[in-house]
Amino acid sequence: MSAERERREILIAAIADLLDGISHVAVGASSPIPAAGAMLLRARNQRDGKPPVRISILGSQAHNFFTNGGIELFDCAAQGRVDAFFLGGGQIDSQGNINLVGTGDYPKTDVRWPGSFGSAYLYHLIPRVILFREEHTPRVLVPKVDFVSARAITPEVRRRGGPYALLTNMALFDFDRDAGGFALRSVHPPFTPADIRENTGFIYEEPAVVRQTPRPDPATLALLRGTILDELAETYPAFARAMKQAA
Amino acid sequence: MTEIVALEALAARVTSGQSLAIPVDGSGVAMAATAALLEAGIHDLKLICVPISGLQADLLIGAGAIAALETSAVSLGEAGAAPRFTAGVKSGAFALRDSTCPAIFAGLLAAQKGVPFMPIAGIIGSDLLEVRPDWQVIDSPVGEARKVVVVPAICPDVALFHAPEADRAGNVRIGRHRELANLAYAARRTLVTVERIVDRNLLETEDSAAGVLPSLYVEAIAVAARGAWPLALWDEYPADEAEIARYAAMARSEDGFRAYLSTFLSHRKQVA
Repeated sequence: MSAERERREILIAAIADLLDGISHVAVGASSPIPAAGAMLLRARNQRDGKPPVRISILGSQAHNFFTNGGIELFDCAAQGRVDAFFLGGGQIDSQGNINLVGTGDYPKTDVRWPGSFGSAYLYHLIPRVILFREEHTPRVLVPKVDFVSARAITPEVRRRGGPYALLTNMALFDFDRDAGGFALRSVHPPFTPADIRENTGFIYEEPAVVRQTPRPDPATLALLRGTILDELAETYPAFARAMKQAA
Repeated sequence: MTEIVALEALAARVTSGQSLAIPVDGSGVAMAATAALLEAGIHDLKLICVPISGLQADLLIGAGAIAALETSAVSLGEAGAAPRFTAGVKSGAFALRDSTCPAIFAGLLAAQKGVPFMPIAGIIGSDLLEVRPDWQVIDSPVGEARKVVVVPAICPDVALFHAPEADRAGNVRIGRHRELANLAYAARRTLVTVERIVDRNLLETEDSAAGVLPSLYVEAIAVAARGAWPLALWDEYPADEAEIARYAAMARSEDGFRAYLSTFLSHRKQVA
């Protein structure tokens, strides 16, 4: 379990780093690791006297300041008031397109996932969309998705939103919107660049020297294991409990 | 005027073949009324999830009550995939209209404003446009020259939800769950179940009136104690995670689903 805890802590710290500089981040339902990453950024900024961070966690009462119903997140994004968001995908392809619908021929797909949620819209409107998918396998990271729930790049329309990075259990990729593809930024311990090549089903840029994703420093770990898990317990009690028990 | 009726009488106001709009899990889902609908043998509903659903949609699908489904997703959240939805998509058990959350809100907004369609940002490039021929990309006829998606108005025959309380005049407290008002504004008729009827007038003060859906929009109300169970109802009670997990496990098979449904319906009867 401590290996599992370390894996999660690296992801949470990586998310906090990816969010650096934003002022409002929204987190969708069922996303304890992104929520913890957002809370870590908020706590770190507060500790360091940096500008405050607003967090909207869907499904939370304590960490949700919206008062205009389900539509408010979407209106807020259209107004440019949401800087960052997280999307996943049953499939993510080399061009950053995501599929939340299913595999095979629509509509009677071989595998059916829940559906597109708000992705088709939010991908256009939120500047820093972090693709977060823990499973790093060739069946998830594919050359071309079977169904485009949300397209990453649309030259025919101007947009402020789109993918910023892809974070998995094994690695962190940057997304280059001009080139329209991913570039490997770092590999999480204990994996190697060869592991990434083997488990990624699409082509990406790989630098000559690949860095290791940093382990969180002691001060970050102290925040994470204290304040953050306490805050997280309101929305994700089971996740927070598991992390505490692993200590 | 808003009528206060028994739960079965409320459910009887939904008839087979109608379009029925329901809110997302946790927003105020009328589960007791859903049980009453299933008891009454409702069928061929055109279900509109605003903007997604979970247990409620999956129960209605599994029971064979749905002819068409418009939704942005069906999921049991932490408990995983919605098994009857997944199986139903594969077997083509209902006509599926995949959507994206803000497009459903935009469709309701068009109905609320009495116009045939509503423009909406984003979406361009998504395959949803391929599978939704009723959505179109147009050149904006006014203002900034750009492409914009338009979606048709969504006018549900009936909206159905659950809330903590209503007063005797039929004003319903919806708190900050404004999506419930969006449902009611767009629907031809709105049916509401509540935990309790209160004697005070909810419109009496600015504070209380701010979170209230006026009775103008509400056709009928029925009392249903723990009416959202096993789903959560705001500050009133949390979701019964164990029950939802039990559903998720049992509903993986058709037989398991039938067994769950029968227990669920008899449990609801005992509460009533």
